[in-house]
Amino acid sequence: MTTQPYGLIATFESAPALYHAAESVRDAGYRHWDCITPFPVHGLDKAMGLRRSIVPRISLAGGIAGFITGMTLVWWTGAVDYQLIVGGKPLFSPMFAFPVSYELTILFTAFATIIGMFVVNGLPMHYHPVLKYDKFPRGTDDTFFIVIESRDPRFNPANTRALLEKAGGKEITELEA
Amino acid sequence: MSTAARSAPAHPILAEVNPASLPRAVLVANNRSFSWITEKICGIIEGKTPAWWWACFAVACFVASFTVGGITYLVATGVGVWGHANPVNWAWDIVNFVFWIGIGHAGTLISAILCLLRQKWRTSINRAAEAMTIFAVVCAAIFPVFHVGRVWFAWYLFPIPNSNVIWQNFRSPLEWDVFAVSTYGTVSVCFWYVGLIPDLAVLRDRFFAAGNRVRAFLYGLFAMGWRGSNRHWSNYEMAYLILAGISTPLVLSVHTIVSFDFAVSLLPGWHTTIFPPYFVAGAIFSGFGMVLTLMLPLRAVYRLEDLITQYHIDCMCKITLATGTIVGYAYAMEFFIAWYGANPYEGFAFINRAFGHYAWAYWVMITCNVVTPQFFWFKAVRRNTALVWVLSIFVNVGMWFERFVIIVTSLARDFLPSSWGYYSPSVVEIFTFFGTFGVFSVLFLLFIRFLPVMPMAELKAVTPQADVHGGHAHH
Repeated sequence: MTTQPYGLIATFESAPALYHAAESVRDAGYRHWDCITPFPVHGLDKAMGLRRSIVPRISLAGGIAGFITGMTLVWWTGAVDYQLIVGGKPLFSPMFAFPVSYELTILFTAFATIIGMFVVNGLPMHYHPVLKYDKFPRGTDDTFFIVIESRDPRFNPANTRALLEKAGGKEITELEA
Repeated sequence: MSTAARSAPAHPILAEVNPASLPRAVLVANNRSFSWITEKICGIIEGKTPAWWWACFAVACFVASFTVGGITYLVATGVGVWGHANPVNWAWDIVNFVFWIGIGHAGTLISAILCLLRQKWRTSINRAAEAMTIFAVVCAAIFPVFHVGRVWFAWYLFPIPNSNVIWQNFRSPLEWDVFAVSTYGTVSVCFWYVGLIPDLAVLRDRFFAAGNRVRAFLYGLFAMGWRGSNRHWSNYEMAYLILAGISTPLVLSVHTIVSFDFAVSLLPGWHTTIFPPYFVAGAIFSGFGMVLTLMLPLRAVYRLEDLITQYHIDCMCKITLATGTIVGYAYAMEFFIAWYGANPYEGFAFINRAFGHYAWAYWVMITCNVVTPQFFWFKAVRRNTALVWVLSIFVNVGMWFERFVIIVTSLARDFLPSSWGYYSPSVVEIFTFFGTFGVFSVLFLLFIRFLPVMPMAELKAVTPQADVHGGHAHH
């Protein structure tokens, strides 16, 4: 495996060029490939054939956990663990437990969203073959790349290079693993 | 976006009605390129520290020392060094708390609500406005934490098991406020950090290329290995949208709960149902005042006119006008309800506000909050940035007085004339509050020196060349 490169990287100078190239890579049936862009390109998910992100489901789970935590906290502390009548009010009521539960819903949703986003993205990952590419810094500035990984079943050094060239890619380079 | 919709033949009615073409406002002026944006924003961090920065930083540190001094004296002596006395047991501390937390709200409004409403002009101001939110929450938190008196027991506010085995009183709005403000601070930091990740990656790569390994390491550490992968952007954009979606109810709830601190009590002048919407509008009003106060000098010093255009200033002025007018309506409605409710105590509280011992504060408030924003109706005023800046200061002053009027006038004249009093702040309170402007400025100066003041990735995404379909029909 040491001689096997990570994949091929091609440079595109503009967002529309990248967009149309992504459509052709998608239509060629590749699965293990990626676009590197300095900003989120509107509509590129569709051009890459990506499915909807699963982050919202993690967020929902976090929100439900937060609401239950809030209600349980107020109920257990006030009505179970140390009963104390204040102002003649009931020991527990969902009314006065609501503001705290509401805030914890939001807090836990935020944590779930951020942690979920990192886990789904596989970050933090401070080492990656793409980061080693000497032209990579332009990818966070003003240039766009398409990377096709060699582990893709359709990957073939000659054909994949031809596809990227036909799609308008420049400076097609092998990335070492 | 969809090509099908654009290539469809125009409806025949369009030829008859001859619709006017309304050009979209340009968000990045002079057709700047992606790399120009990177150079401009990163250049602020990479360049030599300017002399004015050191001068401002020195002054800010000096001013901040007043808060340190005031608090040290308070902790060493006791909370009695503040001017509170019966019946005014909440005064400047709570005024300052509500003032600062309210300022923070514009940052969340810009980053969250305007994001959901697809107001793309928010991109150039949202980073700095979110920073303002976080630093304002820091300043706000100082006051209630030290008002508890024995600050080393401040952790009793949180449900942490303690040796007394007793728990917090969750029936109290003050306890709700603990959760609201701490959630607000935490979520604001999270939202800000998530927005920073792609820009930290840019700085990592630039410092690495420039051979500055220490800064490349530090920026890289917090950039989490971000590499601009579109598979990542897809999840990132979704996470950002969700954070915007939950920050919107959060920002509305925080100032609602702050207003519950007053509205749930039985004190005339506090016990009103108008408080939650009125407080939220006031918070956004004061926050936009502060955003203008901060962004206009920043724009002038760093020559950011292409990124913060006249259109941006117009938008901010108009929101200030709208929220200021809502606040003015709320003042009028409070008076109307005090009369219409036919409760003599309520009626007295409001007559006393406008014509009693604190009438001077009331009329400062009315002048600054109701009259000042009305100037923003005029285009000539909005185009005069110096004048806009001066008016924004009036908004800040007016909103501080609003909280003073609400809190102090209501307490100073409660039910029993025998307990009436007149409150004046002590020098310790004045120093502590004055110093928070230094604390805020120190944090803000560090922010503009070490972090990108504008979200580069988001700015690039709103330029015409970012549109994959040629940059005209966009929806």
